[in-house]
Amino acid sequence: MSSPTSTPPRSTAADELVPQGRAHLGDRVFSGAALAAGIVILVALGGVFGFLLLEGMPALTANPEDIRGGNGFAAYVLPLLFGTIYAAIIALLVATPLSIGIGLFISHYAPRRIASILGYIVDLLAAVPSVVYGLWGIFFLAPALVPTFEVLEERLGFLPFFAGPASPTGRTMLTAGLVLAVMCLPIMTAVNREVFLQTPRLLEEASLALGATRWEMIRQTVLPFGRSGMVSAAMLGLGRALGETMAVAMVLSATGAVTLDLISSQNPSTIAANIALNFPESSGLAVNTLIATGLVLFALTFAVNFIARAIIARRAEFSGANA
Amino acid sequence: MSTLTPTRPPDSRPPAQADLTSGSLPMWAPWAVVVGCAAVAFGVGTALGWRTALSAVVFALLVLLVLPGVSYATEGRRKAMDRFMTVVVSLAFSLAILPLLSLLITVITNGIARFDIEFFTSDMTGVLGPGGGAYAAIVGTVLITAAATIISVPVGVMCAIYLVEYGKGKLARWVTLLVDVMTGIPSIVAGLFAFAFFALFFGPSIRFGIGGAVALSVLMIPVVVRSVEEMLKLVPNELREASYALGVSKWRTIVKVVLPTAAAGITTGIMIAIARVIGETAPLLIIVGTTNAVNWNLFEGRMASLPVFTYYSYTIPGVPPQFGVERAWAAALTLFLIVMLLNLLARFVSTKFSPKTGK
Repeated sequence: MSSPTSTPPRSTAADELVPQGRAHLGDRVFSGAALAAGIVILVALGGVFGFLLLEGMPALTANPEDIRGGNGFAAYVLPLLFGTIYAAIIALLVATPLSIGIGLFISHYAPRRIASILGYIVDLLAAVPSVVYGLWGIFFLAPALVPTFEVLEERLGFLPFFAGPASPTGRTMLTAGLVLAVMCLPIMTAVNREVFLQTPRLLEEASLALGATRWEMIRQTVLPFGRSGMVSAAMLGLGRALGETMAVAMVLSATGAVTLDLISSQNPSTIAANIALNFPESSGLAVNTLIATGLVLFALTFAVNFIARAIIARRAEFSGANA
Repeated sequence: MSTLTPTRPPDSRPPAQADLTSGSLPMWAPWAVVVGCAAVAFGVGTALGWRTALSAVVFALLVLLVLPGVSYATEGRRKAMDRFMTVVVSLAFSLAILPLLSLLITVITNGIARFDIEFFTSDMTGVLGPGGGAYAAIVGTVLITAAATIISVPVGVMCAIYLVEYGKGKLARWVTLLVDVMTGIPSIVAGLFAFAFFALFFGPSIRFGIGGAVALSVLMIPVVVRSVEEMLKLVPNELREASYALGVSKWRTIVKVVLPTAAAGITTGIMIAIARVIGETAPLLIIVGTTNAVNWNLFEGRMASLPVFTYYSYTIPGVPPQFGVERAWAAALTLFLIVMLLNLLARFVSTKFSPKTGK
């Protein structure tokens, strides 16, 4: 480049600041590549949907007697759908209050200096592979819960949830739900922590200045401010719990029964676990059937995640918290 | 004026000062209650032969009742409520730490038995009882994850560049939203997608490593995009403007200024993304399968991988089952260590080399 003094006058400053106005070849290629990468995301999502539909179609249109169970696809997938949603709801009932508590602990109770380390420790829970959770669930959690199940059956057996007979192995719906709860805690905690931290400092200080205790301050400012964030955190956790495969496939001893009983050894399976357990040995139409159930699962998690993310995105736009 | 100052009675000060601290417990009181409750719970527990878990539950309940109770008697209802919630929130946090600790202990104590040299140097060809190892699985995991990284990183980084540097308007907003939605795709669905895609061309019995890499990419790309996007947003705008002011074109600015500034963050993001997918079992179970011998070819034949090896060592342990289960735990420990190492390394890189944002 020539020295500044001999530089000929360029057109305008605005043109210089926004170089794509006079793009060179390099610029055009690079921005094109970036745009293409962005579009790849859309294509990939569309591709997942398209190919699952294509390969699942034979099962949807097949003669009902040819589907496993002999009563058509709907009869095959509905019990699985029930199990999937049931396990996810158990996980959510446990994880939602916990994640709000943990989020509050990290954002408002823990000393500033160790708060980020605590957040990191919770994030580590997300990094543990699900097959490791599966082994832990089978060999540690399930046996450890058996005595509790027996007490539940004895004392609360009149409720349909604890009707029993209590499973001697502990590999029940409740165990699977608890493992799922642990697995979806990190994502929920991360979202909760973020929205709690975004509470405007002035609101908090105003509340404290009026003599509120810490809990009163949280109830008056932090929780109302974070309400939509907590809703979407719960939905993200739900999405995680619906789609989790290996931990459920390993921990749950599924018989396909449709029951509300949480502690017996008769349990409904979940869509994801059912695919993982049956896919390797399947062929022909059975494969198409499993893929079609996968499509149902994809549609379900997509809807849940989409709503959750849309709430977060709208919140970020209007609350001004991210500005 | 000074003559008008009323002379205070000397005894009026002490009560006023006492008002500030009266009616509130001293700083050490909560800790004393916690220690006292622990002593009672675990003392009674050992005396009556309770299980540790039961003692812990009793301890938690005791603290939950005693501390607000003491506070209610001395400090009033509002402070008592505050203390109650403090205990609840702290308990929630310790409850989350428990599974992590328990996982750590279970995996290490069970995995250490077969965590030996043979485990890392031999494969499973002809192994029925004792012996055997995860060499084939480690080769497979490294190859498949590397291939997935090679696919995901360019796409992910370019997509992040698009979102931060170029993206405006509707398309960019949709891409951002869908990237977030994509992070929630169940791993088994990604596996089914890869299978459905390749089965169209190669028939329904197709099993190969590259299919697994494609499936993992579907899971990995959104993670890479999200973290790289965050890092690019941290690059100060002044740097870009300074570069434009020197007449540098936009793409050279991105390549020579923006990306190097964010390099540490991008490295961190990629490592975390690798840690996320390296333990994925379900997609590999579907499209890669497993095998006993080492397979170096991503494009032909089934491959073993650590997560699937763990799963099958547990479900099909052989006779007697004990040896298979031991191998499963050793593989789980290996996976666990890899994932933790990647996470720690990522954190180290991000704290050591991240740019100073001046905030």
